[in-house]
Amino acid sequence: MSALETHVSERLATKAEARKLSFYYGDFRALKNITMPVHERKVTALIGPSGCGKSTFLRCFNRMHDLYPGNRYEGEIILQPDNANLLARDVDPIEVRMRIGMVFQKPNPFPKSVFENVAYGLRVRGESSRRRIEEKVEQALQDAALWEEVKNRLHQPAYNLSGGQQQRLCIARALATDPELLLFDEPTSALDPIATASIEELMHDLKERVTILIVTHNMQQAARVSDFTAYMYLGDLIEFGITDELFIKPKMKQTEDYITGRFG
Amino acid sequence: MAMTEHASKQYDLDLGSIRSRVLAMGGLVESQIRRAIDALTTGNLALSQEVIEADHRVNAMEVELDGDCSQLIVRRQPAAGDLRMIFAIMKTVTDLERIGDEAQKIARMAKNIHERGGAQAPPVVEVRHAAEAAISMLRRTLDCFARLDCDGAAEVIRDDAGIDTEFRSILRQLITYMMEDPRTISTALEIVWIAKAIERIGDHAKNMAEYVIYIVKGTDVRHTKVAP
Repeated sequence: MSALETHVSERLATKAEARKLSFYYGDFRALKNITMPVHERKVTALIGPSGCGKSTFLRCFNRMHDLYPGNRYEGEIILQPDNANLLARDVDPIEVRMRIGMVFQKPNPFPKSVFENVAYGLRVRGESSRRRIEEKVEQALQDAALWEEVKNRLHQPAYNLSGGQQQRLCIARALATDPELLLFDEPTSALDPIATASIEELMHDLKERVTILIVTHNMQQAARVSDFTAYMYLGDLIEFGITDELFIKPKMKQTEDYITGRFG
Repeated sequence: MAMTEHASKQYDLDLGSIRSRVLAMGGLVESQIRRAIDALTTGNLALSQEVIEADHRVNAMEVELDGDCSQLIVRRQPAAGDLRMIFAIMKTVTDLERIGDEAQKIARMAKNIHERGGAQAPPVVEVRHAAEAAISMLRRTLDCFARLDCDGAAEVIRDDAGIDTEFRSILRQLITYMMEDPRTISTALEIVWIAKAIERIGDHAKNMAEYVIYIVKGTDVRHTKVAP
């Protein structure tokens, strides 16, 4: 790490940290001993070629892999401020997902109304006050920069919205339960440039209160939206650093070759 | 610096073509200075005129290279080493164009001096010497750019101080001439301009050497006291 990076890293609070994290799909080791911080209220981008393990890594953070048998974690992901390993067996994955929201590549609203999509997480959480739910839904839609566009059609099916609106609805749905960390798995790869720009703008606003970890295939997007970038290759973390430095002067030749479009 | 091939062959070709044209532009500029100095020492008025007229070729190369660099940025969104290369090339081209202007200025002064009749001209041996040093700096910088040689670039940066010293010494000498014989004043002043132009060429060559270090190491050594 350069002096600047060390300086910056030390002054930042860590929201989560992977420590010697390995992950296995059955016998296949998809992540190899990854140690990396996720800084609080910053955007961290994961980049790398297909199959490098970036989505696998992202999904570890909300225990998505638990849904399939034969998957196995090694090592830890420590979540702050609890200083607790969220991969520990006694940790309830549902509880983890309440605190760590996720937005997927393709918008996946529930086949319900706009309002019910956002209210869903609150109801699951046991919120029953109609007034509280309405307040929360409006707030989440405001925060996802969608309120103005949908306030007059809250009770129409979510499928009537455009792709970009649906994706912002999914972000609102994730925001409604006040997550501390948001995971984005290529959130704009199915969207046009205008919708992409609005999601990127939204990420910029959201990081004032939420920590964001994003997987993206689009390197320019990583350069635009993130504060830190991690480059992964074949399950290894090759380089982690401040985004500006990584894109202007990467330390590792492998990173340089990838971001400049060269054969490794 | 690692120079593996891009996945896109066309990208390699475009970048390679831009780099070799920077070197060609450097070659042209170097010959402009050399010819301007020759015109000064030999009094060849036709040669002065040729140098003055050839400056538009340098300008045209600047415009063309800038256009190609912006096109490459738009098409390829260069990153890391490629980004530093393009950024440095755009700056290098500006410095080369300015060196071209200095060469033209020298040719114009040489023409003035000799059209007036060089009888009262103070000797220009030191000027020729300083010019050789500046040309050498320029050539070595271009060499370092071609080979991405940081050590050589650092040497060029250090050598700039020598030209600055030489400029001051020429200035002192010319002041003595002017005080001894006021008839030399017009010519001496023109030689001051020439010496200043040479000193500026050294500065531009130094800038270009700094960009080479930026390309290779990613560190910006401009306006730092310690040469790398």
